[in-house]
Amino acid sequence: MVQPDVLSQPFELGFTYTRSTGPVVGRFLTGLRQRRIFGVRASDGRVIVPPAEYDPHTAAALDDFVEVGQEGEIVSWCWVAQPRAAHPMQRPFAWAMIRLDGADIPMIHCIAAASPDELATGARVRAVWADEPRGFITDIRCFELVGKAGASPAPATGEDAGELEPVDRIETPIYLHYHFTAGSAPARFLTRIKQGVLTGQRCPRCANVYIPPRGSCPACGVPTQEEVVLPDKATVQSFTVVAIPIPNNPIKPPFVVANLVLDGANISFIHLMSECENADVHIGQRVQAVWKPADEWTYAMDNIRYFKPIDEPDVPVDKIGKLPITGLEG
Amino acid sequence: MAKLAAVVGIGQTHYKTRRGDVSIAGLVREAAVNALEDAGLGWDDIEAVIIGKAPDMFEGVVMPEIYLSDALGCNGKPMLRVHTAGSVGGSTALVAASHVQSGMFKRVLTVTYEKQSESNAMWALSTPQPFSAHLNAGAGGYFAPIIREYMRRSGAPYDVGIKVAVKDRLHGARNPLAHLRLPNITAKEVEDSMMLWDPIRFLEACPSSDGACAMVIAAEDLVGQSPKAPAWIRGVAMRSEPTMYAGREEVNPQAGRDCAADVYRQAGITDPRRDLDCAEVYVPFSWYEPMWLENLGFAPQGEGWKLTMAGATSLDEGGDIPWNCSGGVLSSNPIGASGMIRFAEAARQVRGDAGAHQVEGAKLALGHAYGGGAQFFAMWVVGANKP
Amino acid sequence: MKEIAVVAFSQSDCLAQAGAANEVELIMPQLQAVFAQVGLNNAQDVDFVCSGSCDYLQGAAFAFVSGVDALGAVPPIKESHVEMDAAWALYEAMLKIRMGHAESALVYGFAKASSGELPIVLSQQLDPYYLAPLWVDSVSLAAMQARLLLEQGLVTQHSMAEVVVRARRNALDNPHAQLHSETSLEALLAEEYFVSPLRPSDCAPVADGAAAMIVCTVEKARQWGVPYARITGIDHRIETHNLGMRNLTDSVSTRQAAEAAGALGGVVEVAEIYAPFSHQEIILSRALGLGDETRVNPSGGVMAGNLMMASGLSRVGEVFRRIAAGEIGRGVAHATSGPCLQHNLVAVLESA
Repeated sequence: MVQPDVLSQPFELGFTYTRSTGPVVGRFLTGLRQRRIFGVRASDGRVIVPPAEYDPHTAAALDDFVEVGQEGEIVSWCWVAQPRAAHPMQRPFAWAMIRLDGADIPMIHCIAAASPDELATGARVRAVWADEPRGFITDIRCFELVGKAGASPAPATGEDAGELEPVDRIETPIYLHYHFTAGSAPARFLTRIKQGVLTGQRCPRCANVYIPPRGSCPACGVPTQEEVVLPDKATVQSFTVVAIPIPNNPIKPPFVVANLVLDGANISFIHLMSECENADVHIGQRVQAVWKPADEWTYAMDNIRYFKPIDEPDVPVDKIGKLPITGLEG
Repeated sequence: MAKLAAVVGIGQTHYKTRRGDVSIAGLVREAAVNALEDAGLGWDDIEAVIIGKAPDMFEGVVMPEIYLSDALGCNGKPMLRVHTAGSVGGSTALVAASHVQSGMFKRVLTVTYEKQSESNAMWALSTPQPFSAHLNAGAGGYFAPIIREYMRRSGAPYDVGIKVAVKDRLHGARNPLAHLRLPNITAKEVEDSMMLWDPIRFLEACPSSDGACAMVIAAEDLVGQSPKAPAWIRGVAMRSEPTMYAGREEVNPQAGRDCAADVYRQAGITDPRRDLDCAEVYVPFSWYEPMWLENLGFAPQGEGWKLTMAGATSLDEGGDIPWNCSGGVLSSNPIGASGMIRFAEAARQVRGDAGAHQVEGAKLALGHAYGGGAQFFAMWVVGANKP
Repeated sequence: MKEIAVVAFSQSDCLAQAGAANEVELIMPQLQAVFAQVGLNNAQDVDFVCSGSCDYLQGAAFAFVSGVDALGAVPPIKESHVEMDAAWALYEAMLKIRMGHAESALVYGFAKASSGELPIVLSQQLDPYYLAPLWVDSVSLAAMQARLLLEQGLVTQHSMAEVVVRARRNALDNPHAQLHSETSLEALLAEEYFVSPLRPSDCAPVADGAAAMIVCTVEKARQWGVPYARITGIDHRIETHNLGMRNLTDSVSTRQAAEAAGALGGVVEVAEIYAPFSHQEIILSRALGLGDETRVNPSGGVMAGNLMMASGLSRVGEVFRRIAAGEIGRGVAHATSGPCLQHNLVAVLESA
């Protein structure tokens, strides 16, 4: 058995979501754009900032908005000595629960301060506004301690009111970073395909051969170990002609994506077909891999550029997925 | 033995491409409030809340149910989040029912939703990972080859899918909540629509919707507290099988057949076409109607398409076993809720409360959902009569 | 109501990084282990399967679908999944058994949380308009909770460090622990702050891995002839998502769940508590009404290794192991979810 490389690669899972805000969140964000902060009165009379859409105790819908102050006091806090890349500040800062003047329920935001020694529960802070508020929670860039240097300009209030459309939609970028590890069985497969060899795994119980292998026989629920080298000839089990582009994929439509079963394998995988008229592709058709040049091989099924039809008789439907390694003639 | 339980309240939102007027919480809340009003109940009458939705990446909120606890009046109550891929709407209804059927709860609220306009479902379903092929052209790309194999083995004429696409949209035109309401749709229009994943045309595929669906499920002794007729839960079943395994029957999955057999046995159904009055079945691509007609035992193998072509599943043609009178997934598809909408619409039928898409005198109905690579199945049978 | 027994439990080693293993490869050894404990072949020999996982921990949609490949689900099985810790999968399995649709169930949970930056991934659990866009990480939220406790005199830095010292000492007997050692209070208190007032040692180490359990009716357990523990009570409750509205120095939902599960009426010999931060163990011990007669987290708890999406189930498993071994007669297990203990589950286990 070939000792596999451990395959780990960073990847980003990211999308900029378009969120409709609804009237309550929208009211708050519209206020931010005017450098004003609104809360909402809960069923028990307490003022919640930012405004909650629904009362946590009674579940009632809330809409009794109250403007609150731009200053408040720290209820609790923590000091982030080493900010994370996603954090809104990249120098040491504090997160805090801040009860604004006129509010009863503290909100969570960040505080810019030189050191944790400046901070204390009960200390007074005030909002620092972004230069160009746009109706997003980061319009409050941060809070700062009242009486500290670097005072921000006095907040403008309400000047733009009425001139701008209310905020009802926001763009929220959420980009997360991961390290993806291929798994032991896939890593063995990918290590071999980098050498131009297709390797499946045979189930010790049902003897079916899986490629690409995932380390288990899904039917029997047992680990698979035995490796089987397979040829690069396959049969079309089924296919589709795709007329729309695949996200993050340069292939131009229309293109054929086929479910292919390699000779000697008992499971299909999907891959591209080319060097053929799309209209001629059919179930049972014989195909063979067209590989990229060997110096471009990497840990990827993409080492096979596509499969192309070959001049062999069609495989009867009841034999698809059951051919020996030697193919139909064998 | 399972305790008797019934649906006593149903609430849905309008289904639309974008519900730009509400937040995620607002969307979910709307369905929940409608269900409570339908049941004549308030938040305090609910003992537990069961939430379902498809992958969190659709909205980019991790385990969003915990953010929804305030909107759904969950605080101080048990709250459970189900996720079984596309079948989740159905599975969630079943998990909610099990709260009551186990005898542990008297009355629960269940809600499912998707706000697909917040992102792009194709993207969320095809997030490229290192070391894996990036040919996954969304759900249509996955199911098209399976449909092609069905067409090959059944010898069905090419226009069966077109017929279903028209039929379900005409049904949807009767449903004021449906996303697609196309009362003038024609077969030619469907046929001329763009071929997306051959053999699936644009109008043979489901839309992408925002929406939520909710139900209140009550124990036998509390059913009378709600004003409208109950839908008694007569059978519940789930089945799963792996996405791929050697020799897997993808066209007619065994998990679907087994699940149907289980739910029919509980409900005393021996011939589904005869014994049921209607069915709400998860048909996101038109050809899945004939395929599921066979899988669910409404027609012999290879002959599902004949029922479709004969109009047996059409309300407008006076069919004997109307399928998807609400318009089905082809007319509205907020993915995480789509399964529950099937379950809820089946219940509306036997409550006699389905408005313009009511099947007259419906007494027994099937709700069906599937997900993943047609590998996860959830079904229930609901009846007007107490078992 | 039908009594339910735990008959098998297994968990993986808590590994900071599970290396090459993928989800299926993480799950399978634990499934094989619980099947072996009862003498079963695969999931065909139980009536229901339910799992817990979270797509965002690995960064892939449908993480749980590949888990089905570990089960031997041919012919098809009755199977479900919660996007929660597997302790809630156990809850769903119990509903299924109590309604008479199963006599036995396999429950498992798994995650490869090392794939991502967990505190940042968890920041996206927060309100999507007000908090998630600020990327307020889970450690920072816990740190603000800790400061509230410290400043109200409800905990001290010393009592927090004591939790860690005890956890790591207890973990010396836990072969799966990631952190296990004799540590001194002085050494811990000399650590630099991580996110003050939390030190690195106040935070549970994140681990990759899986855990699995088999539960069944008491009749079935007798029929199988294996040692078992009865789950005599189970309940879970959630609180508001608005952290400012909650009393973060208490765990109201744990109190509610404990009372409803019947945890408060009787001696608790062992309590396994899912407290990812040292001060939270103190909050939870109080909410559970525990006194000096209770051994808290004899396994080391999650301070010895936190298997995301499986640690809650593992707490139940740890109490089961001690009952099945005849060490104790009654214990309490706790699971948590959400920022600052928003959602809590309490189970009471007793000997046969």
